[in-house]
Amino acid sequence: MSTLKESFTSKLGTDARQDGNQYPASVTVFHVPRERFIEAARAMKTSDARLVAEWATDETLFGRGFDILACFAKGPEYLIVKTEAPVEDPAFPTLTKKFVAAYRFERQIRSLMGVIPAGHPDPRHWIKHEDWPEDAWPLRKSFDPSKPIPRVNGEYNFIKAEGEGVYEIPVGPVHAGIIEPGHFRFQAVGEDILNLEEKLGYVHKGIEKRFEALSWTEGVKLSGRVSGDTTVAHALAYCRAIEAMTGCNPPDRALWLRALMLERERIANHLGDIGAICNDAAFAFLLYQLSRLREVILRTNDRLFGHRFMMDRVIPGGVANDITPDGVKEILSELDSLSGEFERLIVIYDENPSLEDRVRDTGILTPGDAKELGVVGFVARASSQSLDCRILSPFPPYDRIIPRMAVLQTGDVHARAWVRIEEVRESIRIIREMLNTLPEGKISVRFDPPPADRAGFAVVEGWRGEIVYWVQSGPRGEINRCMVRDPSSVNWLAVEQAIHGNIVPDFPLCNKSFNQSYSGHDL
Amino acid sequence: MLRILHQIFRTGIVTEPLPKEVEAEIGIVGARLEEAIIKRFRRSLTIRMVDAGSCNGCELEIHALNNPIYNCERFGIHFTASPRFADMLLVTGPVSRNMEIALRRTYNATPPPKLVVAVGDCGCNGGIFDENYASLGGIGKIIPVDATIPGCPPKPVDLLKGILRVIGR
Repeated sequence: MSTLKESFTSKLGTDARQDGNQYPASVTVFHVPRERFIEAARAMKTSDARLVAEWATDETLFGRGFDILACFAKGPEYLIVKTEAPVEDPAFPTLTKKFVAAYRFERQIRSLMGVIPAGHPDPRHWIKHEDWPEDAWPLRKSFDPSKPIPRVNGEYNFIKAEGEGVYEIPVGPVHAGIIEPGHFRFQAVGEDILNLEEKLGYVHKGIEKRFEALSWTEGVKLSGRVSGDTTVAHALAYCRAIEAMTGCNPPDRALWLRALMLERERIANHLGDIGAICNDAAFAFLLYQLSRLREVILRTNDRLFGHRFMMDRVIPGGVANDITPDGVKEILSELDSLSGEFERLIVIYDENPSLEDRVRDTGILTPGDAKELGVVGFVARASSQSLDCRILSPFPPYDRIIPRMAVLQTGDVHARAWVRIEEVRESIRIIREMLNTLPEGKISVRFDPPPADRAGFAVVEGWRGEIVYWVQSGPRGEINRCMVRDPSSVNWLAVEQAIHGNIVPDFPLCNKSFNQSYSGHDL
Repeated sequence: MLRILHQIFRTGIVTEPLPKEVEAEIGIVGARLEEAIIKRFRRSLTIRMVDAGSCNGCELEIHALNNPIYNCERFGIHFTASPRFADMLLVTGPVSRNMEIALRRTYNATPPPKLVVAVGDCGCNGGIFDENYASLGGIGKIIPVDATIPGCPPKPVDLLKGILRVIGR
């Protein structure tokens, strides 16, 4: 089997020029002329790659136009295809017809960067709501982010179903529970859902633009607040990207502590969400039991790391907190009791027929759809996709402490819950191993900002799945662009697909089983 | 079924034995809160939570108020799905441009006394997101705020204390 790089060069030949400013070097970047962008995507499609992310950068500070980048992956290999568009003709050929995942990425590129995906099937803006002026392109360098943008009249046209008995249900942006805002538009007949359409962007805070006003070390604070439930993984992905750019190597002890925090974040979120899924199937018992266990983990985080979610503990060059031998003992004994309690509860989950009736065969994301959409994380693993960056693209200590991947085929609510149950077990196991092999030494090294015109790339498996950062330094060595791709950016598409054939009252349950981030998506 | 009952008995009431450092605080806050709620809201304070642009960190901690350890319902604090039933709006921020209208509508739909509590550093002043084309800053920039609960995110105990501060006045 040839690598993506090999099949790329064999198809594109001399038209593909390799970029030397990209770090780490294991991630290849190919420049292609604009007219061959589609062909490049076709080569990736025939090599069975998935589209990881697609984004644009404004290169005017370098005296260039716009760059459009598409990142593909297959197994452990990541490859970025880059093409240019001049300022006077900001357009590129759409990849949406080849890769469904490009659908929203490209709408977003058009909305926020003002670069047109020519031939894109959907002319509606994304993130940029209908009351924004057409020419407000916040990611362009010429845009002044400090000025408020006026509201204009506009309308967002949802896809409508017609026929006898068809009606529409608008839900949100303010939802019934204590959750983030977003809008769902259902077309239904009786209880049956004909179509669900999401409209997101309500919590767009201008995060990517904000990065450009921050220093490299301030940036990590912001990355830790892209999605507050995934603060460790986002901060880690940001740090790994900028450390790759500068060749900064955090000490081993820091790497182990980062992984420890990453796994604790995974356990805490999985516990809360498994309970919440049960609650949405009217089995509140497990919500309360599991939220009790979650609280125990958070309190230990607070005691040992000084923050319940471990915000701002991962920093460029290492970590901010060390752990004492007593802290290690505390975690180990806590894991023993957690593991016992958890297993007792999972027996109850597994043996409850009324719960089983709700979670099985509900909200099915077929393996075919999962692959086509390019979903990641536990959503992918519940639908037969063997994707986990900890295993496919490991960094220490995951290169020697290897989690077992839980993969299920059914793609229903139960499968998504069960993958997470298995992952709690695995995280408990590997945390024990990490603590037993915790290296001695320093917990951070000095981080020096990167030189001008470089780009760093990193992927980290957060609890929702693969998080991607691509960070670029500008001509003065500042942050020129920070592209953030939360797992939600691709996985939200899957919620729309999984809901087909379900009934309206099962939507909260289906949605909870995905539990994608609004903030991480809207940025 | 037997397993469930067994687990319930095994777990017991976890609301009582709070960790020491929190226990004293929650006990005092809780009792005062209960008193205030009985006096002003006839035993029950109904809260509508609105995420006006947060990163979801604050939401997780507000959620925790409902877990059996903080168990805010014991003080008569109850979260509702509709602003029409709410005595108080608990709002997290920063207010995004795309949520501004929804926040105003929610506020307008809330009957008096319409107490508003801004939660989190971002709810107080925009936090790390600052003010820009997409983030309009703290909740107070958009609707009148009665109290603020800073923190990133504030801990559940701080949330309880903050709620008390506003209704105990």
